[in-house]
Amino acid sequence: MGASSVPLAWYLILGSALFCIGVYGVLATRNLVVIIMSIELMLNAVVLDLVAFARFIEPARVTGKAFGIILYATAAAEAALGLALVISIWRTENTVEVEEIDVLKG
Amino acid sequence: MNIRDLTMVAWLVPAGPLLAFVLITLGVHRSRGLSRVLALVGIFVALVLSMILLSEVVRQPSLLTSLENMQDGKRLSWFRAGVEEAAIGVQVDLVDGAALGMVTIVCLMIFVYSLGYMHGDPKTSRFFAYISLFAGAMLGALVVDNLLAFFIFWEIMGTCSYLLIGFWWERESAYKAALKAFLVTKTGDAFMLLGLVLLYSQVGTLSYAGLFDQATVSKLAQTPFIGGVSVATMAALLLFGGTIGKSAQLPLHVWLPDAMEGPTPVSALIHAATMVSAGVYLMIRAYPLLEASQAMPVLAVVGTVTAVYAAVVALAQRDIKRVLAFSTISQLGYMVAALGIGAYAASVFHLITHAFFKALLFMAAGSVIHGMEHGHHQLHGHAVPQGEADFDPNDMALMGGLAFRMPVTAITFLIGSLSLSGFPLVTAGFWSKDEILAEAWRSSPSVFWALTVTAGLTGFYAARQIGLVFLGAPRSRVAVHARESGAVMVLPLVILALFSISLGWLGIPREFPLLGRVVPFHFMDLISHSISVGEDAAKALTGGSFVWQPLALSVLFGLGGLVAGWFVYSRYSARADKEFRDPVEGALSYLHTGWLYRAMVHRFYFDEAYQALFVRPTLALADAMALVDHRIIDGIVVSFASGFGGRGIILPAARAADRHLWDGLVNAVGAVSRSVAQVSLFLDTDLIDGAVNAIARGTRTLGRWVRRTQTGHLPDYLWNAFAIVLVLVAALLLFHRF
Repeated sequence: MGASSVPLAWYLILGSALFCIGVYGVLATRNLVVIIMSIELMLNAVVLDLVAFARFIEPARVTGKAFGIILYATAAAEAALGLALVISIWRTENTVEVEEIDVLKG
Repeated sequence: MNIRDLTMVAWLVPAGPLLAFVLITLGVHRSRGLSRVLALVGIFVALVLSMILLSEVVRQPSLLTSLENMQDGKRLSWFRAGVEEAAIGVQVDLVDGAALGMVTIVCLMIFVYSLGYMHGDPKTSRFFAYISLFAGAMLGALVVDNLLAFFIFWEIMGTCSYLLIGFWWERESAYKAALKAFLVTKTGDAFMLLGLVLLYSQVGTLSYAGLFDQATVSKLAQTPFIGGVSVATMAALLLFGGTIGKSAQLPLHVWLPDAMEGPTPVSALIHAATMVSAGVYLMIRAYPLLEASQAMPVLAVVGTVTAVYAAVVALAQRDIKRVLAFSTISQLGYMVAALGIGAYAASVFHLITHAFFKALLFMAAGSVIHGMEHGHHQLHGHAVPQGEADFDPNDMALMGGLAFRMPVTAITFLIGSLSLSGFPLVTAGFWSKDEILAEAWRSSPSVFWALTVTAGLTGFYAARQIGLVFLGAPRSRVAVHARESGAVMVLPLVILALFSISLGWLGIPREFPLLGRVVPFHFMDLISHSISVGEDAAKALTGGSFVWQPLALSVLFGLGGLVAGWFVYSRYSARADKEFRDPVEGALSYLHTGWLYRAMVHRFYFDEAYQALFVRPTLALADAMALVDHRIIDGIVVSFASGFGGRGIILPAARAADRHLWDGLVNAVGAVSRSVAQVSLFLDTDLIDGAVNAIARGTRTLGRWVRRTQTGHLPDYLWNAFAIVLVLVAALLLFHRF
């Protein structure tokens, strides 16, 4: 099997690296769109881990992959919603810089 | 070279441009010079590798297709889903080899030309990244051995075309055109995807070798689908849907003329060498399936109608690039029609020669546009004066007499136009078009006559274009100041012009008098042997002897169109009127058919119809939905809120009952309560209030502290969440027993 040449740990390292990049992106950037992209990155890191575990722990079943696909669908919906929010913020506040938006407080 | 090395070469062909794309995007996009060099190196490597493949394939046509060579070691396992394993391999037969050679040569020329055309554009790096990806995707689509991988590369091309047509997205028309191209081609792609699903569900594989061998295909032709239609027919029609979108056949041709909004090298890349050919290539690949199905007449009809329609519309266009766009649609119609009547070898040949002369024409047109823009700058400096802001460098009505100002461009454009209209014996277009017409003569007279008339129209609009652009006297002051483009733009034109002539000699049929015996190489024979077809078709192709009638008729019509156009427009251009009035319009209104000219200018109202049928209803539906949202849903919410606030209209009756019935009861209860309250007041004020106030004070103080975290700034919340997660993880690590 082709996959045996790459050990599980590598996938997990890649997943963790992606996740950390995502976290960094969410915390350190000021642009809302980039923040949403970073959130997507974190989601993808999780999907990668899921699929890797599915492959290595129970390769015969598709549960992990099915979860992965559902996560992708969710992520797509979430991105669409997030971008719609960004657009609506752009319309009302005329900016997508998070530093300049403080309408979350009641 | 052994088979293993060749396989590696085939794998590496698309790698060069794809790698260039990755490197430019991720690394060097800040340096325009380095980006350009990378893109050029990428396509050049692909060119060298393609030439190696082509020479090997010509010597041994079955080298990279025969089944024993397709076994393991060549195919990479891609993914496994359930019991199915998807694998990607490479397969290169003569059609692929020829197409690879064509794509890499034309792309290299376009890349070199772009050096000059995009000079000084701030988005140069991005441009070279996109066109590298585009070229890589095209090469990938050619070398892979299954429809699924082909579809993926096909879609990458679609995305690139979206990005490149909308490259100057600052202009509204550009991004609208990009969106239109994307949506219209996706309409075709949806059908194609359905076709893939159908084929996969029936055959269980998507590899060319598994799908398109005679046994599978004839089995598919006998499997009924719905209402007497066989699976083969259905699948062929669905795949053809993809071709209709990609190769701009009726009725999905509307995106291609608008795609002229992109930079001119992109027009050459999309409309000549790559994307539009991919649609025809798909049909060539699927030819065994087509042949077994009943879909062939559909191809013949769609192709022929498209060829005639586009040639008629091209007569009335004023934009220099739009004429070429419609001419491309028309020529693609030729290829599809040729496939529909069984002349697949001629179709392949026309695909190759057309790529060269159409790339040449587009790039020469780009050179003309460049020259016109130069003239405009010369006249007005960089500040655009009032009233000339809508100067259109593409408008042929403003040109004229450019032959003396841009001699190299004029000569190469002339060669391209002659090749397009099939000037006898010396041009490549003649040999490929003649081959299609000869086949049509043999198998379908109606297709033959339609295509021959189209050849006449083609000659006429080619001559019209040359007359309006290059001959006579300049019709505007800008044209007076136009100047030849630089060497880096002119050199590719010259090279492509050489190809536009010499390439035809490869395809001179064996039976042709005199010349047929002189030429040692017969492209068409080779192609005929490299596609697996049923026995009847193979026999029909090889058994032909030379017939002179179609040749004479096509020469008569082609030359007739050219000469007529030459006669009309060289005289017209010499007059240099201020007011532009096309002789075609004059002739048609003289015949009381002015409506026909208007219809031609408006491309027979396809865009208007689609606007009315699809675009406006969609937008209207969206508006209606927004209205539902605003009025009805918001209205319900608001009326509930105001109802409970006591100002609504739902509650007055309840209020009346309230006042008269319940008030009495409540007052009675109130009186009793009041006396009780008098007693508790004493307890309350001293005992309980003290406690409550203490709590309230505490809460307020706490609130003042907590409130500081509620800044309303998103990053603060995120940081808080991050800190809490850290704390929780730390707690988990500390206290949890693993």
